[in-house]
Amino acid sequence: MNAPQNPPQKPRGNKPGGRPLDLKNGRVDMSHGAGGRAMAQLIEDLFVGEFNNELLNREHDAAMFRLPPGRVVMSTDSFVISPLFFPGGNIGSLAVHGTVNDISMAGAKPYYLTAGFIIEEGFPLSDLAEIVKSMAEAAKEAGVSIVTGDTKVVERGHGDGIFINTAGVGVARDGIEICGDLAQPGDKILVNGTLGDHGVAVMSKRENLSFTTAIESDSQSLGDLVGAMIDAVPDIHVLRDPTRGGLAATLNEIAHQSGVGIELHESAIPVRPEVKSACELLGLDPLYVANEGKLIAICPAEKADALLAAMQAHPKGKDAAIVGEVLQDARCFVRMKTGLGGTRMVDWLAGEQLPRIC
Amino acid sequence: MCHAIPAKVVALRDDGMAEVELEGVIKEASLDLLDGVELGDYVILHVGYALAKLDPDEAQKTLKLFAEMGAAALAEGAVA
Amino acid sequence: MKYVEEFRDAELAKGLSAAIKAEAEPERIYKFMEFCGGHTHALARYGVEDLLPNNVKMIHGPGCPVCVLPVGRVDEAVALATQHDVILCTYADLMRVPGTKYESLIKARSKGADVRMVYSTMDALKIAQDNPEREVVFFAIGFETTTPPTAVAIKQAQKLGLKNFSVYCNHVLTPAAMRAILGAHTPEGAPNVVLDGFVGPAHVSAVIGTQPYEEFTTDYKKPVVIAGFEPLDVMQSILQLIRQANDGRADVENEYARAVTPEGNVKAQALVDEVFEVRDEFSWRGLGSVPLSALKIRSEFSEFNAELRFRVEVPSPKENKLCECGPILRGEKNPVDCALFGTSCTPDNPMGACMVSSEGACAAHWTYGRFRTELELEESA
Repeated sequence: MNAPQNPPQKPRGNKPGGRPLDLKNGRVDMSHGAGGRAMAQLIEDLFVGEFNNELLNREHDAAMFRLPPGRVVMSTDSFVISPLFFPGGNIGSLAVHGTVNDISMAGAKPYYLTAGFIIEEGFPLSDLAEIVKSMAEAAKEAGVSIVTGDTKVVERGHGDGIFINTAGVGVARDGIEICGDLAQPGDKILVNGTLGDHGVAVMSKRENLSFTTAIESDSQSLGDLVGAMIDAVPDIHVLRDPTRGGLAATLNEIAHQSGVGIELHESAIPVRPEVKSACELLGLDPLYVANEGKLIAICPAEKADALLAAMQAHPKGKDAAIVGEVLQDARCFVRMKTGLGGTRMVDWLAGEQLPRIC
Repeated sequence: MCHAIPAKVVALRDDGMAEVELEGVIKEASLDLLDGVELGDYVILHVGYALAKLDPDEAQKTLKLFAEMGAAALAEGAVA
Repeated sequence: MKYVEEFRDAELAKGLSAAIKAEAEPERIYKFMEFCGGHTHALARYGVEDLLPNNVKMIHGPGCPVCVLPVGRVDEAVALATQHDVILCTYADLMRVPGTKYESLIKARSKGADVRMVYSTMDALKIAQDNPEREVVFFAIGFETTTPPTAVAIKQAQKLGLKNFSVYCNHVLTPAAMRAILGAHTPEGAPNVVLDGFVGPAHVSAVIGTQPYEEFTTDYKKPVVIAGFEPLDVMQSILQLIRQANDGRADVENEYARAVTPEGNVKAQALVDEVFEVRDEFSWRGLGSVPLSALKIRSEFSEFNAELRFRVEVPSPKENKLCECGPILRGEKNPVDCALFGTSCTPDNPMGACMVSSEGACAAHWTYGRFRTELELEESA
């Protein structure tokens, strides 16, 4: 279903623009969003050039395609991040991974994405080119095509460099029933690896917090991992990616959606030492720190070992672990057996997570 | 609150600042509030300032005390 | 992490738990106050209460600087940020603290005020250097631990000749607040102190030393055990407090000897003395006006005193009459005894001091421990 590797060459007649885009020193200006030649040139040279697939290359306003049988799954996500470039990725790769993962968390295989760009006047074309290139690479790795898009330019001061929205469609094959409201008491809870890497990588580059660490964002697409997991254990009940608000927020959402309680085991939760250190430094809790390449899987207890084995056998799940179980609890509390041997709640985050320092 | 953590001094700079490390994370720290800091010392870091030196002998003594208290109580419990 | 994770070890915790259970006399109830929010956080975050016998009760004290900052001061911060076109710098902890009508610095920022979170006073100085055309105010909060870095910043600003940097000082003093708690009286005038002793501050003591606590053992006959902020430190200090209570002793003991000396950080103390002097009184959220409990900038440094540089007038705020923060902070009542707890007062919409930060007594119970009350209710039903 994916785009062929070598799309047919189109005849190039009245080529828009004139002078080629100055990707080294040029900047985005209002004309790049005005619908004229400059915009056509930006689209053709940069977006079409990088994303390069049969559906996009027709340069129609909408992409037309057929999907394989099953239920169509759709998702959309907008990406605003500071800094735009962070260790292990940038807003472009993140924008692809985010939507691909949202579709994958429905147990579906993602096929096509859209990409909408809102760019602030003055944004360096070199940065834009790097972002677009990362999106193209991320899409290729995830096996999806970016088939239609949109570009708007806003006046200087009216945007934070660049915002990207992606939407995507995928297909869940019949018989797969994965949703946040399907957790059952007795189920086991698994994660595919270390928590908090993305949030810490991004924070390490924030001006007012800066610290030095080798930690990179875990931003990655999870479609192939999910495919392997579903092949091993088709009756996974819940899949979710713990992005903003981290494991804690996502488990609280699942507990409420499913009307269940959850118990975590702190000592089983994988966290890198550097992430622990950074969290100590800032008075943060790794359970609340964002991830962009992690998933939570909830499945019947008797399938947990098989699922764990399938995850650990995949490169994106080699550090997978069983971290807790689902309980019967009408109050939908998420609690945790602490590493020290006590118990505590893991509540919703109140407001945004801020460093606790004075 | 007074959030503060022990960090190891890994570099001393000419400008009165040090670089301190907590397993895998390096942060700048001011030495304006603490004299006699040497490379390899552990300092208590608070809002970017080294506030006190950590005494490794006292740390060991305290850990030993925890172990002794616990061992005694657990042994008694086992007997009872 | 060296010197951190060893102090969170589950096996040692098991041993200390056994020791505490063995030494706590079953027929008596022990009520100890951990003064600091850092200790409250450690108790809650690691589930230490589960490792204590039921007759050892921990009372969460007022030692969280943003919790006890009076509403009026938060209002002043918001007014400074919104009315005077300054760059207002402060530690992140303060950003969400609500003033009157739930106004906070984070909301002020959403309305256009230039409010910046800083990790250190050095960052605030740098912002002042980078923005010479703007007034930069550092909204200083914190106990004795956090005061020396503010003193350094003021001295540094003087040295650099910065004309656009000033400090809005809200630094408060630990012993004065402990005194206020121990001096509590019933409406009839009888002493009303329910505490058997204090888990003493960790990093405050790293600065002020152990000597300032002697008065509590002599004048009030209450033991004080200074403890580190790791869970095993807290457990060990509780054990030492139980022993003192059993022996009828009241001594200052130092569990946190790895970072706290009897004399404290003399250099930091001298710097604080040079830059600050004690205020006659200061209002504490939850405790009311407490004499000699806070610092102000000395007149020699008045050019850096934002309270003098900016006229900030805010209407005197009203605290909710149902709010039980005072009795909770003194250990006379529990969070669940307050009519507002968990109904109109939650961490998302805090009304009183105890709910403001996760280190407050009510917020800690709500965020980390409320399952426990509900389990107890279920069991008793």
